[in-house]
Amino acid sequence: MNTITMTNTMTYKPMNLGRWIVWGLFALILIFAPMVFSSGSSISLLSQIGTVMIFGLSYNMLLGQGGMLSFGHAVYSGLGAFFAIHAMNLASAGKMWMPVTMIPLVGGLAGMFFGILFGYVTTKKSGTTFAMITLGIVELVFACSLMFPEFFGGEGGISTNRVYGEKFLGITYGPQIQVYYLIAFWLFISTIGMFAFTQTPLGRIINAVRDNPERVEFIGYDTQWARYLTLILSGFFAGISGGLSAINFEIVTAENVSALRSGGVLLFTFIGGVGFFFGPMIGAIIGVFLSVMLSDFTKAWQLYLGVFFIVMVMYAPFGVAGIIMLNLRVAKYGKYRRIWPQLCAVSAMALVALVGLIMVVEMLYHLTLESANGTEMKLFGFMVDTAAATPWGVALAILAIGAAGFWHTRKSFKHAWGEVNTEIEDMIRRAEA
Amino acid sequence: MSNLSLELKDVRKSFGKSEIIRGANLQVPKGERFAIIGPNGAGKSTLFNLISGRFPVSAGDIKLNGESILGLKPFEINRKGLSRSFQITNIFHRLSVYENLRCAVLWSLGYKYSFWHRLNGLKDAHERAEQVLEQIGLRRRRDTQAGLLTYAEQRALEIGITIAGGCDVILLDEPTAGMSRSESDAAVELIRKVTVGKTLLMVEHDMSVVFGLADKIAVVVYGEVIACDTPANIRNNAKVQEAYLGGHAPVEAA
Repeated sequence: MNTITMTNTMTYKPMNLGRWIVWGLFALILIFAPMVFSSGSSISLLSQIGTVMIFGLSYNMLLGQGGMLSFGHAVYSGLGAFFAIHAMNLASAGKMWMPVTMIPLVGGLAGMFFGILFGYVTTKKSGTTFAMITLGIVELVFACSLMFPEFFGGEGGISTNRVYGEKFLGITYGPQIQVYYLIAFWLFISTIGMFAFTQTPLGRIINAVRDNPERVEFIGYDTQWARYLTLILSGFFAGISGGLSAINFEIVTAENVSALRSGGVLLFTFIGGVGFFFGPMIGAIIGVFLSVMLSDFTKAWQLYLGVFFIVMVMYAPFGVAGIIMLNLRVAKYGKYRRIWPQLCAVSAMALVALVGLIMVVEMLYHLTLESANGTEMKLFGFMVDTAAATPWGVALAILAIGAAGFWHTRKSFKHAWGEVNTEIEDMIRRAEA
Repeated sequence: MSNLSLELKDVRKSFGKSEIIRGANLQVPKGERFAIIGPNGAGKSTLFNLISGRFPVSAGDIKLNGESILGLKPFEINRKGLSRSFQITNIFHRLSVYENLRCAVLWSLGYKYSFWHRLNGLKDAHERAEQVLEQIGLRRRRDTQAGLLTYAEQRALEIGITIAGGCDVILLDEPTAGMSRSESDAAVELIRKVTVGKTLLMVEHDMSVVFGLADKIAVVVYGEVIACDTPANIRNNAKVQEAYLGGHAPVEAA
């Protein structure tokens, strides 16, 4: 998976039918998702995914499109969230007029304002220096959040009640489903806005800055100014996501402006795929699933997330989106039947190894952390005694079999995959000539 | 207005204690093609870096169209009508050839940092990019990622990016370096074609390129311009012969 042609954002295409279909499908998915996944918990999960999608997309304006590795993006979403929640409290106290529907805009403007403020400092530099300064800023804001409990609410944070004001067409934002549709609405227009940005002169110049900042200076552009403007716009969308999360959770704490949150969005965006516009949306789905669902099942969820991230960085630097696009390309050239036997074999073996690994990790966690309440635990539906030798033997055997099988099938898969992709690249080259 | 496109007055540049450019003087009239030659390490590329604003000068003055450009940043100098290419290919490797060229024309067409124009709706940028694409002969490779082009194609794109913005003063740093004979002949034709009516200053090692293209040749040795004359006179210039043959450096590809 070393070569990948990213012509998706780079071709000259007027507004075409394909694009209308994609956006139409996106709208339909947003409308019908809560009808398919209609339980209360899945709707709140969907709501959370929506806010993280906006956050991830805004982060990718910096990382994927501008080559700016920021460790402090939560500053913009978090401060946006704080301003949004204060606006809600003021509005419900009757001190100002602001319907809940427009609250995300308050967050967006706050995010933008802090983008103007902090971005002026951070974007003076690029590369590693930029990354370091963003880390400094996020620590600064986090420290401030504990110093000014009046505004940040100290350790408890600031809470609110999103149901205020008069009913409008029966919408109170009391039920979660109404909040979901509010988030879906803002997600849809934010996504359009951020996609439109990639199709503007600044959006293209920031790609050029990513590729070769030095040359950009010699075609008339100030790279610092291009980075600054992009960061301000990115801060705006991050602020919108912050405002939405304030409505969704009805509480904002110092954690919202932390380096931890900033690292999270970096992780999710990278897992989704920074080279593609829609990559961060996939990253948001995976990220929320892992951090919300998985944490219900296991204490080791952060370990799994970390290992997953490392594996992605090492073997799939273009993220899940990159894997999907490469597979689609193979399918498009009708070569899938040549790789699917190998693909199935290697996936099956990877699954076996994964089961073994999970058993080992879970048993280890149970034995070291919870053995006080008995060494027995439930694992894949079986009761096992983590102090006994047999379950360990079984787990390690499964892991060993899976790993060996994976190692064996990997070679033939790699061979077939490489062959097919070389052929496809040849075909593309010949088509151009 | 001066009739000189570019004027260097006693330009000096030191890196630490060592003075690399020691009082270079050069006058390039409008519309002429100048070649800068000289032994390796004479300071030719440094001179280019000073003119284009990549490095600050230590002393002296540089005038572009009669106006001093000292202390200006590269993008400011570019906006004043000077554009340069690089010895080591310097392109936007993840963008397509077409996008490389479109980026290069945006500022000159006044779109600045716009995030309210739709790029694909900008007819003038599209037409100008297509026109340069045709000129540099890369139409076939239009949608190829620039990083995947062959070396000669990347060099052509390098020149394309340099001229796309429509600057009057063009600086080319070893445009044919590393090319085969036929590729370099094609590059000479390309340079001739795209610099019609413009002022050209180029560093070049290949003497057949120099004598084929240049109206005048400036010889730089040890950070000074020791001679500046027509190709015929330079051939017979005693100082130049000494510099090249008198033991400092061998004649390069004469």
